Amino acid sequence: MTAQVGAVRAELGRHRPRFGEPAFRGLVVLASLTVLAIIAGLVVVIATTSMAGIAHNGIGFLWGTTWDPVHSVFGALPFIYGTLLTSITALILSMLIGVGVALFLVELAPSWLAGPLGFMIEMLAAIPSVVYGLWGIFVLAPWLRDYVEVPLHDTLGWLPFFSGYPIGIGNLAAVVVLTIMVLPTVAAVSRDVVSAVPGSQREAALALGATRWETIRMGVLPYARSGILGAGILGLARGVGETMAVTMVIGNSPTISLSFLAQGYTMASVIANEFTEATTNLYRSSLIEIGLLLLVVTLVINAAARLLVWRVAYTASSRSLAA
Amino acid sequence: MPLMTEPTTDARVDPAPSPVPAPAPRTHAVGPVPGARAIEVARRSDEPVQDAGVGVEIEHLDAYYGNRRVLRDITLTVHPNSVTAIIGPSGCGKSTLIRCLNRMHEVTPGARVAGEVRLDGDDIYAPGVDPVVVRQRIGMVFQRPNPFPTMSIYDNVVAGLKLAGIRDRSLLDEVAERSLRRAALWDEVRDKLSAPGGALSGGQQQRLCIARAIAVEPEVVLMDEPASALDPMSTLKIEELIAALRASYTIVIVTHNMQQAARVSDRTAFLTVGDDRSGFLVEEGPTAQIFTNPRRQLTEDYISGRFG
Repeated sequence: MTAQVGAVRAELGRHRPRFGEPAFRGLVVLASLTVLAIIAGLVVVIATTSMAGIAHNGIGFLWGTTWDPVHSVFGALPFIYGTLLTSITALILSMLIGVGVALFLVELAPSWLAGPLGFMIEMLAAIPSVVYGLWGIFVLAPWLRDYVEVPLHDTLGWLPFFSGYPIGIGNLAAVVVLTIMVLPTVAAVSRDVVSAVPGSQREAALALGATRWETIRMGVLPYARSGILGAGILGLARGVGETMAVTMVIGNSPTISLSFLAQGYTMASVIANEFTEATTNLYRSSLIEIGLLLLVVTLVINAAARLLVWRVAYTASSRSLAA
Repeated sequence: MPLMTEPTTDARVDPAPSPVPAPAPRTHAVGPVPGARAIEVARRSDEPVQDAGVGVEIEHLDAYYGNRRVLRDITLTVHPNSVTAIIGPSGCGKSTLIRCLNRMHEVTPGARVAGEVRLDGDDIYAPGVDPVVVRQRIGMVFQRPNPFPTMSIYDNVVAGLKLAGIRDRSLLDEVAERSLRRAALWDEVRDKLSAPGGALSGGQQQRLCIARAIAVEPEVVLMDEPASALDPMSTLKIEELIAALRASYTIVIVTHNMQQAARVSDRTAFLTVGDDRSGFLVEEGPTAQIFTNPRRQLTEDYISGRFG
């Protein structure tokens, strides 16, 4: 026995990898640096190419309402407004549906239904944006016009939200398409957050005599609250950056209107639509300035989401330490 | 109903004859009675209610997970206002057994039960019985403390009352203080009732869970290894608490720890696993007898550490 132990010890000293360790380290460091370089390069290029626009437009770019490239008047407010109006409204709608779907999948649905349904919701995210846009133009917009916008206009037209002409294409169509596109993100992340709620929380509520809904309200939702908020912010980031489908259905008119029946424009849409026409340096630079603005908005939203998710993870780990 | 009046024979029960008059009879009824969810919390004093626990009779109970039978033909009587310990080796179905007593077993998908469990004479598995009402009458404390972490300490304690629709602030305040006092936690949390329940230590969290369970004044309190995740000092506090609560509640406690069973219980039931991998009851009796003079060889072997 002792001879064998000695033999293994001798072998152990011999076969240490000498080359693999630094090679592996080099590879992963290189991979990480590549990502950093891409981000840095992107920011530098966007910042420098938008300099001409920033110098010409000044800070008034943020609240200027006129977009007139022919006379070199560039105001970005209609695009900022259109982006925030459509994506925030879509977010609210998709949160309502998405959290409901998540609770159904985790808390109520039998497993033979939860699996396929969850998969189908994730499939929604796999449909290309331009296909949503086509569907929006040829199916959704006419349907919305005939069955939603006309009745809304006839009954509630005196409200600023439903004034104007019901033509189908416009803010409402953009909101509906965006809601469907944001929904998979919100539903899938919320589902993961809700299923991460420990069973002991549900048992705690059940043992006190809670019904199914009371168990969700008392044991599940408070625990999942910040995670669900994080899901919403990830969805918002997706909605803000969405380009193709929105461009196809929003009407592309740089106007600021409270009405869901009116046509609008978003930051992403104006870039996609006008970059080919941007013949002057200033015009192009102003478009890139909008891109810079979009980047900043998306970065802020993503950072907020990270912070929330981190907070959830942190409180969860401190809880398990305490227990 | 005969169990209601059966006197407990254990000498460790508070010897002082209580001057407190018998509480008004409760109006709980098992079953979907309209308004049955309203809990009576009529008394306004710190005096523990005497003899307010009720008996539980388990008859020919089988429990299953899917097709696998985990409990076989359990027949066991839990005496009112006593502490009954359930001991046995790992996997013998101790936890499953007490989860059958408040219909928590069936919460697991595929889990089901056959047989009868009578609470104060009424079968809790009878058709039409609402498990929600059963769980209000039979409180439960789990192995790992599970306060609602984002809820304040105060809200944790009164959570069951709020579920039952009680909104009277002065009553809630009073019940919160009384329950925390009885759970021996009041002095530690009286200045931070609005702090989140998750901020307490493990032992405090478990006492908070006990306060939450007794706040709704259940007739039976089930404890599933309530001290197994706690340090010795916290364990001692929980055990003292169990001794104090016996006066007002019927307590069923599952424990791994035979010394704990011997320390806290009046009666002990010993379960073990059969060759068919399902748990069965070997014997039940006064704790002193089970630990000193068991009737069955299996019990003797387990008690003396020969297996398990």
